Amino acid sequence: MSEFHKLGLTALAAGLRARKFSSVELTGALLERIEASQQALNAFISVLREPALAQAAAADRELAAGRGGPLAGVPIAHKDLFCTEGVRTTCGSRMLGNFVAPYDATVVAKLKRSGAIVIGKTNMDEFAMGSSNETSYYGPVRNPWDPHLVPGGSSGGSAAAVAARLVPGATATDTGGSIRQPAALCGITGMKPTYGRVSRYGMVAFASSLDQGGTLTASAADAALMLREMAGFDARDSTSVDTPVPDYVAALEEPLKGLRIGLLREFFDKGLDAHNEQRVREALKVFESLGARLEEVSLPHLPLSVPVYYVVAPAECSSNLARYDGVRFGHRCENPRDLNDLYRRSRGEGFGDEVKRRIMTGTYVLSAGYYDAYYIKAQRVRALINADFISAFKSVDVLMGPTTPTPAFALGAKTSDPITMYLNDIYTIGANLAGLPAISVPCGFVQDLPVGLQIVGPHFSEARVLTAAHAFQRATEWHTRIPAAYA
Amino acid sequence: MSLTREQIASIATLARLELSAAEVPDYQDTLSRIIDFVGALEACQTAGVTPMAHPLAGLSQRLRPDEVTETDHHELYQQNAPQVEAGLYLVPKVIE
Repeated sequence: MSEFHKLGLTALAAGLRARKFSSVELTGALLERIEASQQALNAFISVLREPALAQAAAADRELAAGRGGPLAGVPIAHKDLFCTEGVRTTCGSRMLGNFVAPYDATVVAKLKRSGAIVIGKTNMDEFAMGSSNETSYYGPVRNPWDPHLVPGGSSGGSAAAVAARLVPGATATDTGGSIRQPAALCGITGMKPTYGRVSRYGMVAFASSLDQGGTLTASAADAALMLREMAGFDARDSTSVDTPVPDYVAALEEPLKGLRIGLLREFFDKGLDAHNEQRVREALKVFESLGARLEEVSLPHLPLSVPVYYVVAPAECSSNLARYDGVRFGHRCENPRDLNDLYRRSRGEGFGDEVKRRIMTGTYVLSAGYYDAYYIKAQRVRALINADFISAFKSVDVLMGPTTPTPAFALGAKTSDPITMYLNDIYTIGANLAGLPAISVPCGFVQDLPVGLQIVGPHFSEARVLTAAHAFQRATEWHTRIPAAYA
Repeated sequence: MSLTREQIASIATLARLELSAAEVPDYQDTLSRIIDFVGALEACQTAGVTPMAHPLAGLSQRLRPDEVTETDHHELYQQNAPQVEAGLYLVPKVIE
């Protein structure tokens, strides 16, 4: 049995470049792991065996000739909302069950140019709306640490695939916590960059002022490498920011000494599980021992972040999902009576329960008579939350706290009440509302389940956030733990 | 606050969503609870605060020169369409 899965993205890229093993061997070994785990985890919607092996053979030829990009020959997976040319891209929905993307998302194109192999497309909550991966039309994903538990969501397939070491890295997106929350629940590293840092072109839209692509990997060092290859200005995304991408890998070894860490008082609230809190406080002690200074900070409007989000995100969702009309692409009902019937039934059949709930919530808050009371009000409170963060970053370099209130929960435990499910993202949503970079890193276990520490930085401080996470991972070994069934 | 069956039907009409009779009570219940939950915003003092429409404050929308940059891909794109004839998307008759 090969040991490839124990190596991370950085080590695999170096091993391929040094010709210690071939991409065909590596890709074949990971395909076997994916196929062997599919029934238990359901982490993938599409496994691209033949195309991946063909890409691997091509990568081996490049490497043999001394060419190839930084990720030459390394297999990765894409969340199934990144358009991948010639490949079915479902977004976890029946609506896009037959949709074959006619072009590559910028993220997919950039990672291909860097040499990465696309091994498959991962399962996700439908249209990225969910925190447990239970809203997928293609069935729930299971947590590799315990199959009775959810992996988190919406990037549950990408997180489970990396946690079970089926792939060394996977793309993901984060609208309210969909990278960081599953990373915490699966015991891996999840990096959400600043809004505008990674192109949204070809990334199926949910809430356009919040959606941001990022990475799921075992370590922060791997995240630095993968993000460096994904990030950058893209003229095709009108909110892409034209700021140079620093070399996140080169910045990793910068010393932490003197780093001012703000402890977010609002994150250590009554909803936080006492054991989770203990693991997070132990992690903060590690940072102190590395020379960082801790001080408590308060963001008074932060407790309103979930209500703000559940106005803004559904409003943008109802507008974005209006494009699914049963005419140009996506599901169409049988025998429509007229055009209105075509729209109504195609959408009623194509969308699942949670997606319909969010479209209707958004329609309500944007409708005449309610727009000012809900939508404009939420945008004002969003401005106050943003101002709270900006003011906090005048006295501290980064903010830290838990990623989630509890470890992974059981399948079905929170499906009956949407509010209970929404509150799972209580600590992650703030960074989306303010567009800030944030990472979740494993910081210990509670009853054999991983716990995540969250680090949030000012706009465009990805290097600082990654460097802090990397320093923590040099001092600890939580990120190297692999679930027993996949060791 | 409790949304009525009629309000749910009206929202579904605006959103062009067909709901079965069995689905309505659940949406009545959950949407009412969500609207109550976001009602917490009402108590927040926001007088004089400019609504935030872009997560990166101070950035304005970029413009590009008015030049043709894309080529015609309609045949490729129409491969994903449910019904196409002679390069046209087909829908039920709209005008008698």
